Amino acid sequence: MSAPALRLQGDLWIGDNRLARDLKITAPAGRWTCLLGPSGVGKSTLGRLVAGLPGRARLDGDATAVRGRVAMLAQQDQLLPWASALQNVTLGARLRGAPADHRRARDLLDRVGLAGLHHRRPATLSGGQRQRVALARTMIEDSPVVVLDEPFSALDAGTRMAMQDLAARLLAGQTVLLITHDPLEAARLGHAAFLMTAQGSRPVNLPEGPTPRDVSDLAVTAAQAAIFDALSQRCAA
Amino acid sequence: MPVLRFTATAITTLLLGQALVWMTGLPPFILPGPARVAQALADHAPMLAENARFTATNLLTGLMAGIALGAITALNLAASPLARGLMRPMLVAAQAVPVFALAPIVTLWLGYGAASKIVMVVLVVHFPVASVLFDALMRLPQPLEDLIHSLRAKPMRALLLVRLPHALPALGSGLRLAAVHAPFAVIVGEWVGSSRGLGHVMLMANGRGQTDLMFAALALLAGMGGTLFALADLLQRRMEKGRP
Repeated sequence: MSAPALRLQGDLWIGDNRLARDLKITAPAGRWTCLLGPSGVGKSTLGRLVAGLPGRARLDGDATAVRGRVAMLAQQDQLLPWASALQNVTLGARLRGAPADHRRARDLLDRVGLAGLHHRRPATLSGGQRQRVALARTMIEDSPVVVLDEPFSALDAGTRMAMQDLAARLLAGQTVLLITHDPLEAARLGHAAFLMTAQGSRPVNLPEGPTPRDVSDLAVTAAQAAIFDALSQRCAA
Repeated sequence: MPVLRFTATAITTLLLGQALVWMTGLPPFILPGPARVAQALADHAPMLAENARFTATNLLTGLMAGIALGAITALNLAASPLARGLMRPMLVAAQAVPVFALAPIVTLWLGYGAASKIVMVVLVVHFPVASVLFDALMRLPQPLEDLIHSLRAKPMRALLLVRLPHALPALGSGLRLAAVHAPFAVIVGEWVGSSRGLGHVMLMANGRGQTDLMFAALALLAGMGGTLFALADLLQRRMEKGRP
C-alpha cells in the first residue's frame, strides 16, 4: 500500500452554484491534512468529491483522481443497527462478494479497544464505541486514502481526545484528509492544514513533530489560537 | 397483560350485546343475542369447524403466496431499472381496478373451489406488500447510501445485505395491511361462488333466516381476522426490534 499525495486545485461547484474559488490544497502522501473553514463553504462537498461519492459537485480545475481507493469515516457512524460489531467491520468484503477476513476484523476490533464487545449490536454500544467500530470498518479497507468528515465532533471531550489518539496511531502512513471544525483537533493531528473560504484556500501553520501532539504543548496551544484567530477573521470579513 | 385486556374487552362487548337485545326487544331473527349465537356455535360446531378450516386454509395459503409474490415483485423492481420502467405503471394501473370487482371473473376462470379464493387473496395482498417494501428498499438514508458506495458494493449484495434488512420494519407494516385485507378477499370470493367456507355458510343461513348461525360464522371470521392481525403485529414488532 503506497499512499498517494492529493492535489485539489480550482473552483468548487455544485451544479451552477460556485461554493469556493481558487482552491489550492495539497495533501502530502502518507500524512494527515486538515481542512478547516466556516460551515457551508463546501468542506464536506470536497471530501465527498475526493471519496468519489455521487453528487452534483465538481472541481473545475486540477485534481488527482483516486476514485475507488478511498475510505470514508463520517460524523454519523453509519453502522447497520441489525448487525453485530464484527459483522459491521466485515461489511465491505461481504458487499463486494469477497471472503470476509474475520481474524483481521477481530484483531482490528481489539486494537480499537473493543475486545469482548465483538458481538454487540450498535444500539448497545456508547457513541464512542460505535465510532470505534466505524474506525475499524474504515481500517480493514486498507485504502491508501482516507477521508474523515468530522468523525469525532459528536463525541464528548474526553472520548474525542481518546479517539483522536487512536485514529492518529492506527491511520499512520495513510494519506488522510481530515475535515474538522475544531482548531485543537487540527493542531493535535495535522501535518498540514488549510483554511478554506469561498474566496480561496490558504495554508495554516502547524507545530512540527509527531502526532498526536500533547494538548499541554505550548506550540499546540499557539497553533490552536492562531487557527481560532484566522477563522474568526474570515467569518467577520 | 394484553390477554387480560383482550378478555375484559370481549366480556364487555358480549354483555353490551346482550343488554342491547334486552333493551330494544328486537326479535332474534334480526338481532340474536350472544347467548343464542353461542348456542348456534355449539349446535353446528362440526359443520362450522369444517367450513372454517376451508376458509382459513385458503386465507393462509393466499396470504403466504401474496406476501411472497409481493416481496419478489419489490425486490425485482429495486434490483432492475428496466423492471421499474416496465412494471411500475402496470402495477399502478392494476390498482385502479377494484379487486373485488374481479371476483366474478376469477370465479368464472378458476371455478367454485379453493383456487379462486386463494387467487382473490393473492390479488389483494400483493399490492400493499409490494409497494410498501419497494418504497422502503429505495429509501435508504443518505449516510448508508454513501457507505455502500464507498465500500464499492455490488448492487445485488447491497440490496440483500443492506436495503432489505433496512426495509424489514416497513415490510412489517405491509404485512399488517395484508392481514386486514385478506379476510375481506376470501369472503368476497366465497360469496361470489362457492360450495364451502364460512362465506358460503353465511349466505345459506341468510337464505334460511338463521340469523344466529350467520352471527356464529361472523364471530369465527372475526376471530380469524383478529388472530391474523395479532400475528402480523407481533411479527412487525420483532422486525423493528433493535432499530433506532
